[in-house]
Amino acid sequence: MEKVRVEARNIELSYGATKVLRDISLTVEPGEFFALLGPSGSGKSTLLRLIAGFTRHQAGRLLVGGRDVTGIPPWKRNVGMVFQNYALWPHMTVERNVAFGLEERGLPRDEVRRKTEAALELVGLSGYGARRPNQLSGGQQQRVALARTLAIEPQVLLLDEPLSNLDAKLRVQMRHELLRLHKRLGITTIFVTHDQEEAMTICDRIAVMDQGVIQQVGTPVELFDHPANRFVAQFVGSVNLFEGEIQAGPTFVSPTLGQCALPSALLNAGKSRVHLAFRPHAVRFDEAPGAGNLELEGSIAGGEFLGEFMRYEVRVNQAIVTADQPHLRGTERLPEGTPVRLSIASRELRLIDA
Amino acid sequence: MIVAVALAIAAFIVAFLVVPVGSVVYTAFSGGTGAFTLGHFASFFQISLMRESFWNSLYVAGMSVVFASVIAIPLAYFTVRFRFRGALLIQTLGVLPLIMPPFVGAVAMQLLFGRSGSVNLLLNDWFGFAIPFMNGLNGVIFVESLHYFPFILLNLTVSLQNIDGAMEESAQNLGASGLRLFRRIVFPLAMPGYIAGASLVFVKVFDDLGTPLVLGQTNMLAPQAYLRITSVGIEDPIGYVISVIMVAFSVAALWMSARILKGRDYATLQRGGNSLQKRDLTHWQSVLAYAWIVALLLLVLSPHIGILLMSLSKVWSFSVLPEGFTLAHYQTVFTQSPHMIGNTLLYCGLAALIDVTIGTAIAYIILRTRLPGRQMLDWAASAALAIPGVVLAIGYLRTFRGVELPFSDAAFTSTWVALMVAYAVRRLPYALRSCIAALQQMHVSLEEAAENLGATKGRTIRRIVVPLMAGGILAGFVTSFITAAVELSATIMLSASASQAPMSYGIYLYMQSIAGRGPGAALGVIAVVIVGLGTYASHRLLQWRATHVAQQATNT
Repeated sequence: MEKVRVEARNIELSYGATKVLRDISLTVEPGEFFALLGPSGSGKSTLLRLIAGFTRHQAGRLLVGGRDVTGIPPWKRNVGMVFQNYALWPHMTVERNVAFGLEERGLPRDEVRRKTEAALELVGLSGYGARRPNQLSGGQQQRVALARTLAIEPQVLLLDEPLSNLDAKLRVQMRHELLRLHKRLGITTIFVTHDQEEAMTICDRIAVMDQGVIQQVGTPVELFDHPANRFVAQFVGSVNLFEGEIQAGPTFVSPTLGQCALPSALLNAGKSRVHLAFRPHAVRFDEAPGAGNLELEGSIAGGEFLGEFMRYEVRVNQAIVTADQPHLRGTERLPEGTPVRLSIASRELRLIDA
Repeated sequence: MIVAVALAIAAFIVAFLVVPVGSVVYTAFSGGTGAFTLGHFASFFQISLMRESFWNSLYVAGMSVVFASVIAIPLAYFTVRFRFRGALLIQTLGVLPLIMPPFVGAVAMQLLFGRSGSVNLLLNDWFGFAIPFMNGLNGVIFVESLHYFPFILLNLTVSLQNIDGAMEESAQNLGASGLRLFRRIVFPLAMPGYIAGASLVFVKVFDDLGTPLVLGQTNMLAPQAYLRITSVGIEDPIGYVISVIMVAFSVAALWMSARILKGRDYATLQRGGNSLQKRDLTHWQSVLAYAWIVALLLLVLSPHIGILLMSLSKVWSFSVLPEGFTLAHYQTVFTQSPHMIGNTLLYCGLAALIDVTIGTAIAYIILRTRLPGRQMLDWAASAALAIPGVVLAIGYLRTFRGVELPFSDAAFTSTWVALMVAYAVRRLPYALRSCIAALQQMHVSLEEAAENLGATKGRTIRRIVVPLMAGGILAGFVTSFITAAVELSATIMLSASASQAPMSYGIYLYMQSIAGRGPGAALGVIAVVIVGLGTYASHRLLQWRATHVAQQATNT
């Protein structure tokens, strides 16, 4: 099947006075597994529903496979959507549910049957056709919803928080399954989620959204290593973030963290008010001073044991620095008040515009 | 304590529902010596009038469901689908017919839609033809559909509102739209509500005695049962056979709807989900919609308008409008029969009080105790829904022959007490549903908190449960009260004397003669006003509660 590109160009959408989408521009490449990631109210679901045709934008263009789909009703778009609550019709059997879209397309009966069976087999539910949706587990319902959407061979697959109603173990399992299906079918897929781990583990690229605006688009590694702004830094992974000013030296002067010498390699052009950012796992305890490292003096203020690592809170002047220390069997937890010296390698430091 | 209450309730239901209905069934199947026989049924079907009545009743009930559906389905769909102010009008439409007993409207409908009624006179003048709205069984179907369509409207609307919007969107996403979408997804999902409403309409119409009687259509089952028992006598087996057939059909209709609905709780709306998306009407669409709704409103209101005109008119026949207006009929009513108004308030008030008391107790026993057989109470009390008023009344007349009230010489069935008890038994299911719903919404932790702070079970019920259930109890009281106030089937048979008769019987009596129509209509208007005020007051009170008290209780 032909893989299509989905393109949004300067899309604006508001409900009354509330702006839901502002100047959205993005391109999802053919065959890409693409995530829209953001907190609730960020506009990610609205954007997905816009692509499916359930809402209309007031300005901008929306192209699917190079064709402007504005004004095309949902039932003529051939853009398959899997709903968050699956939306399986309780008055129909699994088979009738999956056959529905094929019947609406007026396919001959034996072809409907063949494709229905193929779709159910694709998701590993052959033999479940005669059951009713309410006789299935959550994971199975999810698969039926997927089969129902895939049966119509849509140009684009839209997934609206498809894993949010599953328990933690099943979620990971379905994640792999989605990835497997995508590899096999190669269909352009757009995945809405508020869970950064979900987005990072399965998607090729991610658009981080907040308040109706796309904050950054990139691969998971790009977003994690080079967050474009404070929101992305905080939303994707954990981060230590301190506001301050760069003065001659170069010295970073923060009202909470105090003064510290910055590795000169970090100095960026001209901006004096910045955020200094580094990930908790980049913090080392009591290492020999190395050239170009950021060095801080503090004392342990608390700690959470998370299994693979210990997440310490370290008081440095008025600031709290989060520091993850890998845990190996027998490592003792440092008691509160223990003085520690923190060092962060310069390549792990990031200056983000305030 | 709980056991004693449960036993008392059971005794009440057995004495005033199970035994009387049982005796009717027993009589229908027993020969002169008491042996089992089907002979009475055989002779029933040998009488051609009976066969005709049987088919007529089925036909009228079936057609009423059809017409009520034609009115109700589009209205319900409008309410949930479109964003327009007419929704309020439709809600009003859904209540107005219910506050007026159908037999009261029937006479007015004849004046408006009959062969020489206003509408046909106009049609004849303008276009030279007439429509037989009210001829024979048509009249019964017409009046009953207009009266009972709200049952379908209300149930269907709730069902439609409970459909998750994603159900529809996913169908659109897969290529369905328009009428196909409605037929394949939306309507099937709303089916439970429709079936519940339609089966109620069927049962109600099948059982109705007043409307056919007032319209002179006695070749139906309910009127035949009534005529048999009152003219041939209490021993005539045919009356009992008819009763059994009526009960059987009611039970069958309700059983079938329960069976179809089993395992089909399609209330798919989840927490945080959205209902069906509302659309805006275009200018012309809303003009059309309003025109249609207003036309329907006029039709639905025509019994009300007709009865009001009748109550104010000097002479009204063979003319589009009355020829002169007067208040004399109201004067007649207030001088001749003010006691009937008082009687209605007394009987229905007491009956409703009994209903909510028993209803609250049963609700508590089913939902909060582990009493063995507690579900039986619910079933027994709800079974009254399937018992036509005529049948219950015949059962009373037979069972309580010669039984006297304690501390008096009066026979039970010759006093208003029998009528009041019949009201209570027949309206118990309504009050019970309302009480159960109220208690279901209440989280058990509210009671546990009271017990944790030292309140006994009894005091918890009094201080926490009943106050929090008050809204539901009140709704139950009002429903019981207003439906009892417009009841005619049992009323006709159990009203012993004019001095003890309630308004519904009074209206019926007046309507028997041409001269009495004016005062009858006046009494009808008074009944509608009382019932309407009661409905409105309880609606307001429930709304007030919903915003002030209930929220805290359910949020917990």
